[in-house]
Amino acid sequence: MSAELNIIVCIKQVPETTEVEFDEETGRLKREGIAAIINPFDEYAIETGLQIKEKYGGKVKVLTMGPPAADQALRDSIAMGAEEAYLATDRVFAGADTWATSYTLAKIINNIGKFDLIICGLKTTDGDTGQTGPEMAETLGVPCICYVSEILSIENGVIKVKRSLDNGVELLEASLPILITVGKDIAQPRLATLRGRIAARKAVINQITNKELGLDIKTIGLDGSFTRVIKIFTPPSTAGGEILQGTPEELAESIFQKLKEKKVI
Amino acid sequence: MSEKSVTITDACIGCGECTKACPFGSITVVDGLAVVSDDCRVCGVCVDACPVDAIKIKEFEISTLSDFKGVLVYAEQHEGKIHPVVYELLGKGRELADQLGEELYTVLIGNNIGKQGDQLISRGADRVYIYEDSSLSSFRDDPYTQILAECVQECRPSILLIGATGLGRALGPRVAARLKTGLTADCTGLEIDPETNLLLQTRPAYGGNIMATIITPNSRPQMATVRYKVMNEAKIDEKRNGVIINRSIPKSLQDRVKVLGFEPIKEEINITDADIIVAGGKGLNDANGFKLLEELAKEIGAAVGASRPTVDEGWITYRHQVGLSGKTVRPKLYIACGISGVVQHLAGMKTSDIIISINKDKEAPICSVSTITAIGDLYEVIPRLIEKIKTHKKNQ
Ligand SMILES: Cc1cc2nc3c(=O)[nH]c(=O)nc-3n(C[C@H](O)[C@H](O)[C@H](O)COP(=O)(O)OP(=O)(O)OC[C@H]3O[C@@H](n4cnc5c(N)ncnc54)[C@H](O)[C@@H]3O)c2cc1C
Ligand SMILES: Nc1ncnc2c1ncn2[C@@H]1O[C@H](COP(=O)(O)O)[C@@H](O)[C@H]1O
Repeated sequence: MSAELNIIVCIKQVPETTEVEFDEETGRLKREGIAAIINPFDEYAIETGLQIKEKYGGKVKVLTMGPPAADQALRDSIAMGAEEAYLATDRVFAGADTWATSYTLAKIINNIGKFDLIICGLKTTDGDTGQTGPEMAETLGVPCICYVSEILSIENGVIKVKRSLDNGVELLEASLPILITVGKDIAQPRLATLRGRIAARKAVINQITNKELGLDIKTIGLDGSFTRVIKIFTPPSTAGGEILQGTPEELAESIFQKLKEKKVI
Repeated sequence: MSEKSVTITDACIGCGECTKACPFGSITVVDGLAVVSDDCRVCGVCVDACPVDAIKIKEFEISTLSDFKGVLVYAEQHEGKIHPVVYELLGKGRELADQLGEELYTVLIGNNIGKQGDQLISRGADRVYIYEDSSLSSFRDDPYTQILAECVQECRPSILLIGATGLGRALGPRVAARLKTGLTADCTGLEIDPETNLLLQTRPAYGGNIMATIITPNSRPQMATVRYKVMNEAKIDEKRNGVIINRSIPKSLQDRVKVLGFEPIKEEINITDADIIVAGGKGLNDANGFKLLEELAKEIGAAVGASRPTVDEGWITYRHQVGLSGKTVRPKLYIACGISGVVQHLAGMKTSDIIISINKDKEAPICSVSTITAIGDLYEVIPRLIEKIKTHKKNQ
């Protein structure tokens, strides 16, 4: 590999719990007062970026679009070993669906400069769509490989990976630049080191607003979104069933009868 | 969907930067000026590459939303075999189309698939588009995205449904971004709003703690990926009539990712397809517990699932994880052994038809979603259960 790899990892800050409240009026979720963490899958994305950098040389930049508080997610990534961080925060970005999010992120990435590899998490625990990555790839005009489970090699501008599909594992090859999404089978995310934590505290986070980007506000945020949430409701709760108590023999017999009744055996 | 075109203005200096940048090889420099060919997919990469701002993308709505009619179902196939989620989409799609008074279309992309056309008609399709070519034998995002997007441009459906399988959830967003339209992921409910005729797309969010209904008011098609095993399969009617339309594939097919190989998993049943799942949690205490569960699973033809902590401990691989950060499953029967049923786990399995759980603790949250819960030690109950099943099988 001649040049150093430019790696961009896209991360999102998500509520720590999935028991969240929503604003019936706007159909948006209330994030206030709930502790926030890096989306679990995105930690795997960061780890992947760091391992690639360590093996092939390069730089890991982390990018997030979110409220000012998402600064913490970026600092946590720096503590893990990322070198540069970008926080896109602006009122006009708010309320974006996956299309508007991916469009904004793609424009920011073009602004940051040349890249070889973009790494996204498989999906977020809040939005839970897994769409942002592939939509961004399309907007950027680069190929995309979802569900990468192993990076086999990156040589002479060509990346070889394995990806896990429902029915097996596929071996793929493509030229850089490319966008990949990674699952949990790729690597175990490292913990922050003390040195990393100190670096994180001192790090300068690059702030991006729409002033720098100059995007048409009809294409971003809620206005740029093609989808609209019109109703949010709590799913009807399932009533608890029967509780069986007794000796192991009796319990086994009851389950056995149930299996017979349901024609499982 | 909106129609777009790329124009080169007088500012062009013929430097050729756009030629280098174009991922489709559609720009050439002729007599010192850039020229765009029909292969252009209007991706916009050239606009950013141009040093003198000479390339403009013009965008214009070529039609009103009401010009888009009908429901199009993407017929996912593997090695010529239709994925069963397609029959569910045709079942739902037929319902939606009838309600709108419109037609149901389906599109099949691949190799050696032609004979499947009649089958799709018998499952409710009025029109089947077939794109068959030896170069399409294995799924690749690039060519499949390109062809599906072209099919939409020809067929102009108001609704496009794709199964929320692994491949479907990779393909859907690529197509949506290319067509510039909304996409709702992993829907579990689809309805037509009788007043507006808009598609009401309902999906779980936040690990199933919240359901959201989403519309795509101002762009077409209204796209959704739809969860497998939620909708009812279309019934077969051999007497149905329909039209099969064979289309040739685009001249220059974009294809940037090469498939070098595939290792299928044979020995085990995949949890997302399984009708029965035996799942284990932290209550198994160690990796050996899964041996016991595998034995039970083998007896009843089940797949083995797992809670997150067991995967984190390395007792079983991630492929088996059920829940918010694992797989969502909806089997006919889910047997939860030593799983407490914390929300993130329930998010992945609580819509199973029947849930049987075995747990020491009768206060465990899993009890509240289970059809029956046996309160006891799984190591005492399961071996006895396996014995009973074996004896029963022998006596049959
Ligand atoms: C962002 C996020 C995402 C997550 N995603 C997932 C996910 O995808 N999937 C997932 O599963 N979890 C997920 N979790 C973790 C989840 O919160 C729980 O920690 C986890 O589901 C608990 O697993 P468990 O039931 O196996 O373990 P425990 O909660 O420890 O429960 C063990 C149960 O076994 C019972 N038991 C013990 N011994 C026996 C015995 N001998 N016989 C019978 N019963 C016994 C106990 O009574 C107890 O109920 C996630 C958490 C977060 C924060
Ligand atoms: N606001 C955001 N900022 C940066 N990256 C994001 C954002 N939203 C989503 N992503 C990336 O896209 C992936 C999939 O997100 P989602 O489509 O929400 O499931 C995440 O794992 C991130 O890598």
